[in-house]
Amino acid sequence: MLAMDYRGPKRVRAVQKPMPEIKHPQDAIVKVLRTCICGSDLHLYNGNVPDTRVGSTFGHEFVGEVVEVGSEVTKVKTGDRIIVPFNIACGECHFCRQGMFGNCHESNTEATAVGAIFGYSHTAGGFDGGQAEYARVPYANVGPTIIPEGMDLDDAVLLTDVVPTGYQAAEMAGIQTGDTVVVFGAGPIGIMAARCAWLFGAGRVIIIDQEDYRLEFARGYSYCEAYNFKEMDDPVVFIKKITDWMGADVVIDAVGAEAAGNAMQTITGRKLLLQAGSATALHWAINSVKKGGVVSIVGVYGPTDNLIPIGNVLNKGLTIRGNQASVKRLLPRLIEHVQNGIINPKGLITHRIPLAEVADGYRMFSAKLDNCIKTVMIP
Amino acid sequence: MKNQTIDPKQIKGWGIDADPKNDPTYPMRARMNVGQDPDSKHRPASLQPQDVEKLRSIERPNVSAVFGTTIPPTGLSGLIRRAAFHYSENRYRHWLPLIVADRVQVVEGVLDDLVHGKVPNIFAEKGYAVEWKYNRTAFVTKMATIAALTTGAIIWFSSKSDKQESRKRPRY
Repeated sequence: MLAMDYRGPKRVRAVQKPMPEIKHPQDAIVKVLRTCICGSDLHLYNGNVPDTRVGSTFGHEFVGEVVEVGSEVTKVKTGDRIIVPFNIACGECHFCRQGMFGNCHESNTEATAVGAIFGYSHTAGGFDGGQAEYARVPYANVGPTIIPEGMDLDDAVLLTDVVPTGYQAAEMAGIQTGDTVVVFGAGPIGIMAARCAWLFGAGRVIIIDQEDYRLEFARGYSYCEAYNFKEMDDPVVFIKKITDWMGADVVIDAVGAEAAGNAMQTITGRKLLLQAGSATALHWAINSVKKGGVVSIVGVYGPTDNLIPIGNVLNKGLTIRGNQASVKRLLPRLIEHVQNGIINPKGLITHRIPLAEVADGYRMFSAKLDNCIKTVMIP
Repeated sequence: MKNQTIDPKQIKGWGIDADPKNDPTYPMRARMNVGQDPDSKHRPASLQPQDVEKLRSIERPNVSAVFGTTIPPTGLSGLIRRAAFHYSENRYRHWLPLIVADRVQVVEGVLDDLVHGKVPNIFAEKGYAVEWKYNRTAFVTKMATIAALTTGAIIWFSSKSDKQESRKRPRY
């Protein structure tokens, strides 16, 4: 089968690989119908995630058709078209029972600090991802949700990660009616978080990024104010100024390790890997949120350390929340929102390419070429 | 398009999921109503047979019930990875060797390609075709800079070694 193949930092290709096999009675094999390149795939692509092995297949956003099931699979059958959450969850462990499906303890042997994620290095379990013609889907009784009749595959594939992560960013922020919400990062997740902030009753939503085309897109898609931090002397002072010098009630970090905007963070975090990525957005979030406010983190960082003003967290009485999205928990509600026309996931898609052009797709997304916001690959 | 003031109530779905009880300053576990502590010892009934080498974090007592089987550790990078897994996720001795192993495996990957008679197409793997198509000026500038720096470095090193050679040569 054709599959994406990681060869080293900024080097990927499409090659023929062996078909995936059933390894556990609850496994299913899925023929991938749509798969995306996610912003967090860029951390892998850039070689910033430890234990990213050459030969791996990335891809944690995919939907597909079940073509084979293990002996204990009862919830899906051959021919079903399913949404596959990006995290692999057993549904039975201490954490899954609390609805923390993004923190499953029975799917990742290599690390305890992160649950298993499809195609996201051996630090996240060593599973091959969905940027392939076929993929192995463990715990098929737990994670997958059958795509509702009539739902567009392009909508469905964005329900595997982008929509739930953006929604959970807003949910974790505990937005109260009338709150001012600032979102750092106008990538797909940030744009979705800004859109979802309204669902929780936000009174004002502001998005900050450095790419004008993305800010323009966010204004239209998320109905939010949008500002370019390159045009500001200091983003923190700017936010204070436009919030009556109080700061935002809630700030969402939807950037993570690839953040630009601070030379020291960029050099130590992205170039020298002395930090677990560049923490510029998180730094700004802590400093621009109101005293007693909430910082919600969905931008992905590595497993080591980051330079952030932790003293200000204490002195300002902040609450910081973060997690990988609990896709399984959120899907029923989000499917309703899509079906009712409240959220339009496929409106984020700007590029559709064949899987064979995966190297070009990564470069285009990584370098933000051709006004790229979201790339979908069709195997 | 300029930023415009908007009445939030005009936005479709506004406040539809508002939850005044979702105040994160309260413990999340309590909000999630997990009063009864789930049995932390409970495991799925079926365990995946282990037929490949699987490195295990020493912060857990066992191999997870399900695990990925791709790319088991091999070669020099595999040796480094095995050594890294002697230390917990709390230690740099775990993570930094893994990053080193990743880089070593890049070289192993190139060698493996060559051994199998395949010359890696770096230009294609790096997606330079789209850089050429959409970002030509910056791409050409970047490539020219790299070429100039590389050429300069080669000339500098070769002239240095020539001088050292001439110093070593006996004078008659």
